[in-house]
Amino acid sequence: MKKENTLLVGLAMVAAVVAVTYAILVAPGFLTDSGLNMTEGVTNSSKAVYDLHMIILWICIVIGVLVFAAMFTSIFLHRKSRGAVAAKFSHSTKAEIIWTTIPIIILIIMAVPSTKTLIELEDNSDPDMIIKITGYQWKWKYDYIDEGISFYSSLKADSNAARLTGSTTDVNSVENYLLDVDNRVVIPVGKKIGFLITADDVIHSWWVPALGWKQDAIPGFINEAWTRVNEPGVYRGQCAELCGKDHGFMPIVLEAKSEADYAAWVADQKRAMAATAAETQRTWSKNELMAKGEAVYAQQCSGCHQAEGQGLAPAFPALAGSKVATSSVAKHIDVVMNGSEGTAMQAYSKTLTNAEIAAALTYTRNAFGNQTGDLIQPATIAKHNNG
Amino acid sequence: MPTTTHEDHHDHKPQGFLNRWVFSTNHKDIGTLYLVFALLMFFIGGSMAMIIRAELFMPGMQLVQPEFFNQMTTVHALVMVFGAVMPAFVGFANWMIPLMIGAPDMALPRMNNWSFWILPFAFSMLVSTLFMDGGAPAGGWTLYPPLVLQTGSSFIFAMFAIHMLGISSIMGAINVIATILNMRAPGMTLLRMPLFVWTWLITAFLLIAVMPVLAGAVTMLITDRFFLTSFFNAAGGGDPVLFQHIFWFFGHPEVYIMILPAFGIISEIIPTFARKPLFGYTSMVYASASIAFLSFIVWAHHMFTVGMPLGGEIYFMLATMMISIPTGVKVFNWISTMWRGSMTFETPMLFALGFVVLFTIGGFSGLMLAIVPADFQYHDTYFVVAHFHYVLVTGSVFALMAGTYYWLPKWTGHMYNERLGKWHFWLSVVFVNLLFFPQHYLGLAGMPRRIPDYSPQFADFNMLSSIGGFAFGLTQFMFVYIVWKCVRGGETATSRVWEGARGLEWTVASPAPFHTFETPPDIDDSMVAHGDHL
Repeated sequence: MKKENTLLVGLAMVAAVVAVTYAILVAPGFLTDSGLNMTEGVTNSSKAVYDLHMIILWICIVIGVLVFAAMFTSIFLHRKSRGAVAAKFSHSTKAEIIWTTIPIIILIIMAVPSTKTLIELEDNSDPDMIIKITGYQWKWKYDYIDEGISFYSSLKADSNAARLTGSTTDVNSVENYLLDVDNRVVIPVGKKIGFLITADDVIHSWWVPALGWKQDAIPGFINEAWTRVNEPGVYRGQCAELCGKDHGFMPIVLEAKSEADYAAWVADQKRAMAATAAETQRTWSKNELMAKGEAVYAQQCSGCHQAEGQGLAPAFPALAGSKVATSSVAKHIDVVMNGSEGTAMQAYSKTLTNAEIAAALTYTRNAFGNQTGDLIQPATIAKHNNG
Repeated sequence: MPTTTHEDHHDHKPQGFLNRWVFSTNHKDIGTLYLVFALLMFFIGGSMAMIIRAELFMPGMQLVQPEFFNQMTTVHALVMVFGAVMPAFVGFANWMIPLMIGAPDMALPRMNNWSFWILPFAFSMLVSTLFMDGGAPAGGWTLYPPLVLQTGSSFIFAMFAIHMLGISSIMGAINVIATILNMRAPGMTLLRMPLFVWTWLITAFLLIAVMPVLAGAVTMLITDRFFLTSFFNAAGGGDPVLFQHIFWFFGHPEVYIMILPAFGIISEIIPTFARKPLFGYTSMVYASASIAFLSFIVWAHHMFTVGMPLGGEIYFMLATMMISIPTGVKVFNWISTMWRGSMTFETPMLFALGFVVLFTIGGFSGLMLAIVPADFQYHDTYFVVAHFHYVLVTGSVFALMAGTYYWLPKWTGHMYNERLGKWHFWLSVVFVNLLFFPQHYLGLAGMPRRIPDYSPQFADFNMLSSIGGFAFGLTQFMFVYIVWKCVRGGETATSRVWEGARGLEWTVASPAPFHTFETPPDIDDSMVAHGDHL
């Protein structure tokens, strides 16, 4: 009688716990593809990671259901209000051996596929091409080692404007808010891409969930990773390691293209790089400098110095009427190129082109009421760079 | 029986606030100071969490600047870990260990006073960094260089505060060990000690082992910043990853420092309300010790993505998975303690049962995080945030609440309001799950942690989580009210308090007199706590 009672209630509790588990895990679409679960991704490794995640999750759910059902059975049956009288037992060597051994077996079952997948993921040998990724506060740089292509990738301007505190733009109206960049990193499909990942200032972490991994970008270290994307498409991710003020605002957009499209993209990039080099040589008009300067300012400077150059006390000084932006040109160039020790002001000589720096300087010296009239040409910056 | 039941009227309490509290050497008063301080810190840290959840209520930056948001996540964690959870457990240790082992006081009462009174100064300094030029540290509580070295003028103040907290913790731990090893009443052998005393003994050894490691890491940060050394500066031949290894060699045992005493509290409460001895007392002791041992050899599972060699990753994965064996033993033993008991469900028991279920969920997500390939996806996402809040809030904090309700009648001499206590539990358990469960989904869907703003695809679950957060935060004012009412009055508590309570602390009057066990008690089996299997 007593045994039957326990068994019945136990079964009822299993059913109850299964129902609750179902309600919180399965019903919201957790186990379907509705964006609440880990993505299956677009590579063989990301699928292997997803499968592993699901195996472990299901093992945990089954153990959880059994353990909680036992507990709730006891809570239901062995309560004083039902007249339960406490038993006296306080140990059972047999039970303890069983519930030490079974978990060990389950762990071994988990460890085998985990180790196998890990070994595949860490096989960085023989890539078809190599891209070097460098993390900066707060953007990414991509160097295509074989092609000589090199560019920076930062948060797209519309997201960047909408994300400022106090902005009135509805972020839902911004396409791919916070997950869009000015320059995408492009790879060919079907090729094994090797990544060399490092950082210039602090630690970052390069993460595109669809590839199935993230890898820290650490100054002084070059970490390896690889991927082979099978289908063309656009895959988005973010920096995953806290890297300072704008950690939340340095997304990653990876575009996988067919081999022909990729070749066309490479050719485009090379043409654009040649054009940039030519721009440094010629003399720019004030209007050109101001227009480009405004764009560069919005992208690079406004996060700290704010849209109207009013700054953000106490850490980020105003530019409107500031000494640096209105007196010596050489000093101003030096601060922008080399940064300012002990402050958040970075060195831009490596991350911006000469034309961009010249334009930004011209803009800040002639906007926000700073009517200095100074025109700074890309050639001047180039000279400063070499000297 | 030489109890001290009727000593109340000649207990020689020091007169005046200064003498009673500031110069106190009494373990009960110092325990109270620790507990009150921890509760205050719980609300300060909690208010920072409210700011975080308010900014994350909707996509877009509405309330604060990103830099301030990062200061909030950093200081929230430091305050909760070092200001709320750790001092609260030390408060329990101070109050209960002498009472549980039949000792008149802690072994080193003056040091006890000092280790408490360091804390208010350390935290005043830490919290004051919020008002300094450049704000508080914003590089995360893990203090990773090179980012932490970009902190403004508050850097040295925060580092010095952490040094002081370390000194305080080490002194507290020495005191616990000296007390337990030297001051047990005759007959209170090690394997007759209540499990709370056992878990604290093990915790104290962990503290002594790892707080100096943290101090070393912090000192190296300070010399890197001010004396131009390059311990962690790659450009000078240093190694930023070295810091992470040192930090987590401290940090992983640290998480067990915050959960082992919780295991102890739960192991006292469940037998009391199941009216049945703790199942597998000896294996509980050995499980605690093995968890403590394993905690020293798994630290790098916090850093699977730094680019460790394959062999290192496999080792740290397997070692970490092993922790689930002794932890599982504990959960099975708690359930076996309930099995065929005669259970009642007063507030301490409710919190203890909540602990067992929700801590186990945190344990499952911990096991998932140990699986390296999957961790490459989980790492640094909200999945991790959900995991450690399940073990820290519904684990450690629930155990602290359970322990408070359990021993409050002993401390105050009054019963708390049971009806309000139950409301406090049920509201807490609903809202804490609304707060943290959706964060699992957010992490799996790809939301990184420590970001002040997010893509609109994450909006729904963030809003749910924030609503849960505000409601959980508000619910905790009930706790303050219940405790305050209980201190002020209420039904008189008997010395036994709970029908099923066992152990020496229940042989003294309620409230426990200012001095107890001035002569050692005679110990017979009926008085020994739930480990009386011998």
